[in-house]
Amino acid sequence: MTETAIIELNKVGKWYGHYHALRDVSLQIRKGEKVVVCGPSGSGKSTMIRCINRLEAHQTGSITVNGTELTDDVKSVETIRKQVGMVFQQFNLFPHLSVLQNLTLAPIWVRGMAKAEIEEVALSYLDRVRIRDQAHKFPGQLSGGQQQRVAIARALCMRPQIMLFDEPTSALDPEMVKEVLDVMIELAEEGMTMVCVTHEMGFAKSVADTVVFMAEGSIIETAPPAEFFANPRSERTRQFLGQILEH
Amino acid sequence: MSKDLTTRSTAWAASFEEEPSQVMVPPPALTALKPFGWAKDNLFNSRLNTALTLACLAILWFAVPPVVSWALVNATWLGTPEQCRAAEGACWSIIAAKHRPIFFGTYPYEEQWRPLLACALFLVALGVSAVRACWRPWLVGVWVGCLGLMGALMWGGVFGLTYVANDRWGGLPITLMLSVFAIALAFPLSVVLALGRQSGLPAIRSLCVGFIELMRGVPLVSVLFMASVMFPLFLPEGVTVDKLLRALAGLTMFTAAYLAEAVRGGLQAIPRGQYEAADALGLSYWQKMLLIILPQALRIVIPPIVNQFISCFKDTSLVTIVGLYDLLTAANLATTDPEWRPFFGEVYVFVGLIFWGFCYSMSRYSQWLERESNRYNRR
Repeated sequence: MTETAIIELNKVGKWYGHYHALRDVSLQIRKGEKVVVCGPSGSGKSTMIRCINRLEAHQTGSITVNGTELTDDVKSVETIRKQVGMVFQQFNLFPHLSVLQNLTLAPIWVRGMAKAEIEEVALSYLDRVRIRDQAHKFPGQLSGGQQQRVAIARALCMRPQIMLFDEPTSALDPEMVKEVLDVMIELAEEGMTMVCVTHEMGFAKSVADTVVFMAEGSIIETAPPAEFFANPRSERTRQFLGQILEH
Repeated sequence: MSKDLTTRSTAWAASFEEEPSQVMVPPPALTALKPFGWAKDNLFNSRLNTALTLACLAILWFAVPPVVSWALVNATWLGTPEQCRAAEGACWSIIAAKHRPIFFGTYPYEEQWRPLLACALFLVALGVSAVRACWRPWLVGVWVGCLGLMGALMWGGVFGLTYVANDRWGGLPITLMLSVFAIALAFPLSVVLALGRQSGLPAIRSLCVGFIELMRGVPLVSVLFMASVMFPLFLPEGVTVDKLLRALAGLTMFTAAYLAEAVRGGLQAIPRGQYEAADALGLSYWQKMLLIILPQALRIVIPPIVNQFISCFKDTSLVTIVGLYDLLTAANLATTDPEWRPFFGEVYVFVGLIFWGFCYSMSRYSQWLERESNRYNRR
């Protein structure tokens, strides 16, 4: 299993001051695997996926992404960030750039691609997230759902091997959640390796290969969705599922 | 115009919405159309407002006629000092008589077309730089050419122009060059200082904090004195740095320290998500700052930055204490002629108007720039 893992977390620990945010988190993710991470707020799920592209630095243990170990060395961080795309809860589009410029900026400056070439690629991605007609607008002129789809297209333009989603639908109005999930489902069907922190249990059931449940900085349970939802092994998981599936 | 007034009175009516019955009252559109109705609605609509309006009218009644009669009606426009003494009003003749020393100080009289041309060139270059359509790479070429030409005009020594050492320069060219160069140099320096102040490296951070706090903690006059009197003492014997250059360095550092704090305010206003998104895309530190953070941060702080520019422009008049002849000093000197001496007030009014003209232009331009650079916020 280990040799085919594209992401490997080995006993990762992290503290914010005295607060122990991650406790010995170990996780292997295969190429093409779709992992949904869930758990109560403050359980460390966002911290964990933000460690994968070094938005947060872990303090103990090791993280290896596609054969490169994440260290303090800037080179390793650069190498990994080029292969890992990220989508944020708050979209984080660049408000002073047009939609198209948001997509082409990093490929031009980080990958050194020619403007004409990447613009064509960017438009094709905008097509895929069904938003091509908005290419020349500014992010502030789009709805939340549209902005999040642009954010997905922006990450894809860097041709990542892995996509991280940090609660991608939590800041959206309910009627816009579906348009973003649809794009994510398509992406999953194309075989992208995805790690997704979300409370969308429907998405987890239909798309995930593995569901990871975290609480208080530890991974409590890792299981395929059918098993996770039907027969949760731990009491803590049952309690969490009882709370979120009640409504 | 009439539509304007109608909307305004509607808004006025709407401000009384606490009482439900008021909401349904149609706006008094017809009375608002007439000047008398407008005055009643806006100037005499309560006892306090009526009192304030009357007080303002009284102040204007006492203040305006004497000023107008002094400055315009009874003024002597082109005359001799004797005629000025005989007249009751302002003596604008002194401007006509002394405009050359006011504008150009001690620059050789017969060569004063050179600083005039240099100033004109400078102002044209500044004007061109202000236009959006001219923000192209060739603008750099324009500036290099202009500065070269200005140097040739001011110093001379080439193209058959006689050499004029820069301790004879004075007046408007000094004020314009000092302020524009100080602003142009201080701005990039301030961005570096602001970034340095936020740096994760303790050595760089404390260096920047130390510089900013030192410069902000002392008056500009003492910075200029340091640059002018103290600094040469530290130089090895035989090495001299030009006085003008030293004053420019002092002014630049002082302005940069204040600007840096304005820029820092902008940097702190950018949400953390912007930094994280840039990081996640793999942008380097400088790419992140130059492409994502600074373009947004600087837009936010246009008002305080221009505030500092205006302040720097006016502060150039302090270089008089290190023996440089800026516009104000040159004007002061021009009034030492005993014949014209009584009319120094008119000269200060004139110089004040010049300063005001430049500062007001900067202020108006910044308003345009602010609107222009916030286009992306419009829906």
